[in-house]
Amino acid sequence: MKISAIITLKKDVLDPQGKVIQQTLEDMSFKNINEVRQGKYFEIDVNETDPKKAKEVVEDMCKKLLANLVIENYKIIEIQ
Amino acid sequence: MNSSVITFPGSNCDRDMDVALKKFGFKNKMVWHDDKELPKSDLVVLPGGFSYGDYLRCGSMASKSQIMQSVINFAKSGGLVLGICNGFQILVETGLVPGVLLRNKYLEFICKNVYVKLDNKKNPYFKNLDKDVFEFHIAHNEGNYFCTKDQLKEIEDNNQIAIYYCNNEGKIEEEFNPNGSIKNIAGIFNKEKNVLGMMPHPERMIDSSLSGEDGSLFFKNLINNIK
Repeated sequence: MKISAIITLKKDVLDPQGKVIQQTLEDMSFKNINEVRQGKYFEIDVNETDPKKAKEVVEDMCKKLLANLVIENYKIIEIQ
Repeated sequence: MNSSVITFPGSNCDRDMDVALKKFGFKNKMVWHDDKELPKSDLVVLPGGFSYGDYLRCGSMASKSQIMQSVINFAKSGGLVLGICNGFQILVETGLVPGVLLRNKYLEFICKNVYVKLDNKKNPYFKNLDKDVFEFHIAHNEGNYFCTKDQLKEIEDNNQIAIYYCNNEGKIEEEFNPNGSIKNIAGIFNKEKNVLGMMPHPERMIDSSLSGEDGSLFFKNLINNIK
C-alpha cells in the first residue's frame, strides 16, 4: 500500500529558499503570490494491506526520521 | 587522556581533528560509524563534513548510525561529547542538544574567520580560559541556529548558550551574525554542560604560521581540564 508523507515547515520558521523561489516567480510575472513555502514529499510503499496500520507505520517514520518536529509538520495521505 | 573521533561516510574534518587532538596530547582513536562500541574515551568528537551527503536534513542519517547509540549512552552517563559543524548538526538531530540548524539566512555557503564570545566558563570546555573572545573559522551552509520560544527560554535559564558570534571586541550585534542564528548563537551545551555543539572549527586554528592559535588555546585548556 502506497502512503505519502508531506513535510512542511512550521509557520514561524524562516524559509529562505521559499522566499527566493517566490521572488523568482514574481520576476517571471507571476504577480498574485502571497507566500511560497518549500517542503518535502515522500512516497512510501508499505508492505501492509490495512490502511490504518500502513499510516501508523509512516507516522512513526515521520516522527523518528522524516520530519524534525522542532521545525516541521507532517501530513500523511493514502495514495492507493 | 583518550579521545575518539567518529568518522561517518562524508566526514571530512575527522583527520584535522585527529591532528589537533594528538598535537595537544590526546591519545586519539578513529572510530568508524558502523562500529558498535566506543573505545575507552575521555572525550568523543563528532567532526565536521557532509555525513551521508547531507541527505534529508544535515546530520539526520548520521544521528541514527550504529555507533551513535554508544555515543548517546556515553553522553548520558556524563562523558564529554564535542560536535563541530556537521557534528553539531548531528548532535541536534540526536536531541542531545536542543534546537536545529537551518539553511543560512542568505542562502550562501559561508567560509571565513569569525570572532566568537564565550558566555559561560562553568563547564569542562571553557573553564580556566583567560580570554573571552576567540577567532575561529566557519565553513557551513546550514548553521542558522533555530529553536522554539519555549526552548530558547529554557536554554537561557540553564545557561546553555556556549558561544555567540561577535566582533573582535566581543560585541554581540546582528551585523556580526553570519548566518541568521537566533541571538547570534554559534554553540550550545546540553543542560549538564558535558555535551557541546558548535559551528566554528577550533581544529583549523592550531598553527601560528597557517591560521592562528586560538584553537591551540582551546585544546590545551581542554586537555588540562580533563586531566
